[in-house]
Amino acid sequence: MKVKTPSKLEKILAAGHLAVTSECGPPRGSDPVVIEKKAKLIKDYVDAINITDNQTSVTRMCSLAACIRLKMMGLEPVLQMVTRDRNRIAIQSDILGAASFDIYNILCLSGDHQSFGDCPTGQNVHDIDSMQLIQTVRHMRDDGKFLGGDDISRPPQLFVGAAANPFADPFEIRVPRLAKKIAAGVEFIQTQCIYDIDKFELWMKMAGDRGLLDKVYILAGVTPFKSAGMARYMKNRVPGIEVPDEMVKRMADTPKEKQPEEGIKICIETIQRLKEVEGVRGFHVMAIEWEEKVPEIVEKSGLYPRPNAG
Amino acid sequence: MIVADKKPIEEIIEEIKAHDKILILGCNECVTVCEAGGKKEVGVLASALRMYFLNQGRNVKIDEVTLERQCDHEYLEEIRDRMDQYDAVVSLACGVGVQFMAEKYHNTPVYPGVNTCFLGATEKRGLWTERCQACGQCILASTGGICPVSRCAKRLLNGPCGGSVRGSCEINKEIDCAWQLIVDRLKALNRLDDYEKVCSLKDWSFDRAGGPRKVVREDVQQ
Repeated sequence: MKVKTPSKLEKILAAGHLAVTSECGPPRGSDPVVIEKKAKLIKDYVDAINITDNQTSVTRMCSLAACIRLKMMGLEPVLQMVTRDRNRIAIQSDILGAASFDIYNILCLSGDHQSFGDCPTGQNVHDIDSMQLIQTVRHMRDDGKFLGGDDISRPPQLFVGAAANPFADPFEIRVPRLAKKIAAGVEFIQTQCIYDIDKFELWMKMAGDRGLLDKVYILAGVTPFKSAGMARYMKNRVPGIEVPDEMVKRMADTPKEKQPEEGIKICIETIQRLKEVEGVRGFHVMAIEWEEKVPEIVEKSGLYPRPNAG
Repeated sequence: MIVADKKPIEEIIEEIKAHDKILILGCNECVTVCEAGGKKEVGVLASALRMYFLNQGRNVKIDEVTLERQCDHEYLEEIRDRMDQYDAVVSLACGVGVQFMAEKYHNTPVYPGVNTCFLGATEKRGLWTERCQACGQCILASTGGICPVSRCAKRLLNGPCGGSVRGSCEINKEIDCAWQLIVDRLKALNRLDDYEKVCSLKDWSFDRAGGPRKVVREDVQQ
């Protein structure tokens, strides 16, 4: 695939390297040090860092400001943007704001429902959905125009990503849904956390059979378990995540003090296996509030050192 | 139909407690079907209020009337002769009826006795569910006759989101995932290929977003 933006992530993928991204959740406050600290822990082990956008609908420092912090540190942010909180005016405006700081990656999401967060009595916007956000960014970048049709001076240069969840229902439209995102203009995908590797392989195989894997870069999402409790929680309480019983059992059978270590081990084994899956172009390591473990995971998975983007 | 639900009686009492002559006004249309504001509910509310004021040692006149409709000038005129007997009205009609009543009887306070909830249908007695948000630009032709605007918690036009699990919405297992229903229906219609058509940005100017709406039909105006 031809490189279309100055994104380092895009360059690494286009060069055929396995890319590694990770993510940092902004703080529930205004202290810039929090995001800088997290970024410093992982910066040498990843190619780009996602900044989440009020994830689980809990109000936090805005993704754009935190991305600018990363940019000021000379790092490569991926601006996550949900359609829950912004109408098309705010979305285009924030995209231009990001572009003004030469942020080169965006992840287009619809966002968790606000009932999960700290403002369950608030409105949601959903003027557009994640599919239409992909269309919007591509339109602004490729046509250099606003949705209203006017020209943008200095259009954004954003490498356009989206999420995909191979494990949500209904399964029969999971591949058509990927095809639809590609048709809308998506260029890279970061998947939901993968624990059920067999199901993920099936999804990739079906995507491959339709020729989709030549049209989009798939970064496989992984999240290490910190404890058996977390494994059970992910299995039973998080919508759209599948954890095989034997994986929960493996965590539960491990003595409590050894569980974090076992969680990391499982994560590394998962990456090793996913490396063999046709069409996997990289990894998105989501170590939730456990960023200090990202270097170990990346290193032990044989993904270190990171390539020079040139 | 418009689906409404009864307001807690404490809330109604709080609004009307300063009045002495109160008309409880029902409506014979939607709110009767959803058992929130018809003749029966007018009677129940009136009795409860009489009991309340009696216990307070107050002599408050509470009358009951149920009109054919409260969203129609003609029917609202039926009570003009007796309106000077009251210093307040509790309307058990939907928000439309309450407002029409307030516009017509400008000097009499009108209090809502129900919460107007949504446009929906009776699934069974005692269970009403939403089907339409009156967005003004119907897209049911492309979604297999199932509306994602009213039935998806994120009103996704290209759903489902990642939170669709075994047919349920991520916000509540008791709520169907609209996109699961759409996919099932497209499959039944042998039109699953339609799922892959990207639905572009919707024109919301026909929705609430465009400001208060009007339908003007000059062909039927006299």
